[in-house]
Amino acid sequence: MLTIKDLHVQLEEEEKQILKGVDLEIEPGKVHAIMGPNGSGKSTLSYVLSGRDGYEVTKGSATLDGEDILEMEPEERAAAGLFLAFQYPVEIPGVGNMTFLRTAVNSQRAARGEEDVSAADFLKLIREKAKALKIDADMLKRPVNVGFSGGEKKRNEILQMAVLEPKMCILDETDSGLDVDAMKLVSDGVNALRNAGRSFLVITHYQRLLDHIKPDVVHIMADGKIVKSGGPELALEVENNGYGDLLAETA
Amino acid sequence: MQALRDLKQSTTRTRLSDLKFEEGAAWANQSRAAARDRVASMGLPHKRDEYWKFTDPSSLVEAQPTPAAVFEAGETPVFGEVDRLKIVFVDGVFDADASDPLEIEGLEILRLSEVFTRDIHWAKDLYGVLEARGQSPVERPFAALNTAFATDGVVIRATVQVSRPINLIYHHRDTKSDAILHHLIKVEEGADLTVLETGPAAARFNKVMEIDIADKGAFHHVRAQGRDHERRAVTGTFARLGTESAFKSFTLTANGVLTRNECVIELTGDDAIAHVAGAAVGDGDDFHHDDTVFITHDAVNCESRQVFKKVLRNGAVGVFQGKILVKEGAQKTDGYQISQSLLLDGDSQFLAKPELEIYADDVICSHGSTSGAIDEDALFYLRSRGVEPGKATDLLTLAFLAEALDEIENEALAEDLRHRLEAWLARRRS
Ligand SMILES: Nc1ncnc2c1ncn2[C@@H]1O[C@H](COP(=O)(O)OP(=O)(O)OP(=O)(O)O)[C@@H](O)[C@H]1O
Ligand SMILES: [Mg+2]
Repeated sequence: MLTIKDLHVQLEEEEKQILKGVDLEIEPGKVHAIMGPNGSGKSTLSYVLSGRDGYEVTKGSATLDGEDILEMEPEERAAAGLFLAFQYPVEIPGVGNMTFLRTAVNSQRAARGEEDVSAADFLKLIREKAKALKIDADMLKRPVNVGFSGGEKKRNEILQMAVLEPKMCILDETDSGLDVDAMKLVSDGVNALRNAGRSFLVITHYQRLLDHIKPDVVHIMADGKIVKSGGPELALEVENNGYGDLLAETA
Repeated sequence: MQALRDLKQSTTRTRLSDLKFEEGAAWANQSRAAARDRVASMGLPHKRDEYWKFTDPSSLVEAQPTPAAVFEAGETPVFGEVDRLKIVFVDGVFDADASDPLEIEGLEILRLSEVFTRDIHWAKDLYGVLEARGQSPVERPFAALNTAFATDGVVIRATVQVSRPINLIYHHRDTKSDAILHHLIKVEEGADLTVLETGPAAARFNKVMEIDIADKGAFHHVRAQGRDHERRAVTGTFARLGTESAFKSFTLTANGVLTRNECVIELTGDDAIAHVAGAAVGDGDDFHHDDTVFITHDAVNCESRQVFKKVLRNGAVGVFQGKILVKEGAQKTDGYQISQSLLLDGDSQFLAKPELEIYADDVICSHGSTSGAIDEDALFYLRSRGVEPGKATDLLTLAFLAEALDEIENEALAEDLRHRLEAWLARRRS
């Protein structure tokens, strides 16, 4: 599904290397987790994959089902099936959440050459997905993420994912700021989407999320590289011992 | 100084020499001659005048209008879904056939030309009166020119609360038309009237509306200035508000080479409310839009509010000159003013001159003006969800303008304008 080879990325503004050769291969249907110290480059990887401005790829490649995504515009990547649940979801005053969701759905349909979804079908879809995530009608009416609590923002990200049904989902610290119940809701939302054709890349600092969303592979990222990969037990090791030993071992 | 005055006097003479007014009743002749004298002594504006430093008035002063192509909108008329009484003007001339019968319970509606030949005391007491009062402390020569030489217009008196709006519809068919319309509105005690204005009107349009609102009266005004790209317009809205009365005006402007909308409001009775708002979308370096507002608080416990938003791209220019004047004794005044622009590129410009002048001590007045670019994070967020940049920009544009459109009280009218705007933006994209 997603193949990243020797990806080197630096900031456009200053010559600061952030990703220093990332290799990653995610097969269809698999869940991969990335853990790693603050500032190691996890969010940068997710932004570069989704096409945010400000980064320059100096070396390496990233493909989605064989297609070079780095050459695509952000909206083309989305249409190709890539989705990023933001670490910091953006507030958009004046744009209603419903309008936002409907525009997103219809934009992606248009890119695939499909007709707009009917208002009635859309409403039904949203109601059903929102209910599962305990997102009430009021949150749907309000401007996108404006005045939402941290946890509500994260739930709203998962709602978008559920509605857009991407094939490659990247979750950047979706668990941070969630209370125990919300964590369960969000995990259930993610698990409901798991299937043989859909893959996940879950960025997190905590083992706890991985209790709910069981990963197939866990990677440790440090200083712009994946320094170690293993099974779910790697996450437990981090939880118990921190990164000190792991990083010393790989240095 | 003297050179500028001489220059203005000579261009003004040239302009006036071409204009004549039809003789009517003595009062009309008198008030029009007085207005003509006002223009002659003030002189038509020049871009070196302080009040016109952001907007070059020369094309409005010239004897002949610059021709303007007629724009085929190819869409249902604005407010077409609203039950309204239509009064149609084609290139500034009343079109009786296209208009509805001028009859609504509780309203007196007359043509200006008719009023000129008669002796209707309330019309006599209003024609050119608010315009003349509005000449100080700042001169507004185009409005005086209008009073002197208006060729048509409507005169409306409301005596009850009228729910059905009056829609003044301005068609532009002649590429060289030069229209001067003058409307009079008298809202009697406790009455309520809504007036809609739609369409480009003419190649060059000079319009004045004088609105006198008696105690406890209410006047609502929603205007969508026509989309003809090349039209030019200078408009003057003059209102006087009595005790506990309300004046609410909103203007949507898309296109037009030149638009200068002046709004002059006097709060003369206690506890009155005046709201003026506008949204403008400008695309291209031939777009110039100017909102000039002057609100005078001359009574106790009045509220005034100015909310103006402009979205500018490809070299478009937006201007806002807004003033709140609080006279001595106008205590408990609550004055608010905000003007904001969203600049979609580095070529576009927003020029703002917000002013407060306060001679009372117990007042709350605030004003703010901002100019900003599109929120890149929001744009990326939308794009990451699959929304193409043009559409995403439109969504953010509409979001930016929403605060101004929210000023429209009548939800059906607001919705119509929201959908219009969305469609106009979408069409521009394709
Ligand atoms: N636009 C930017 N300007 C300056 N520095 C940046 C920028 N983007 C990323 N960085 C730097 O790159 C490094 C990696 O940042 P990134 O956000 O990817 O880390 P992270 O692994 O997601 O950290 P966290 O766990 O705290 O979320 C950091 O040192 C960060 O300060
Ligand atoms: Mg991060």
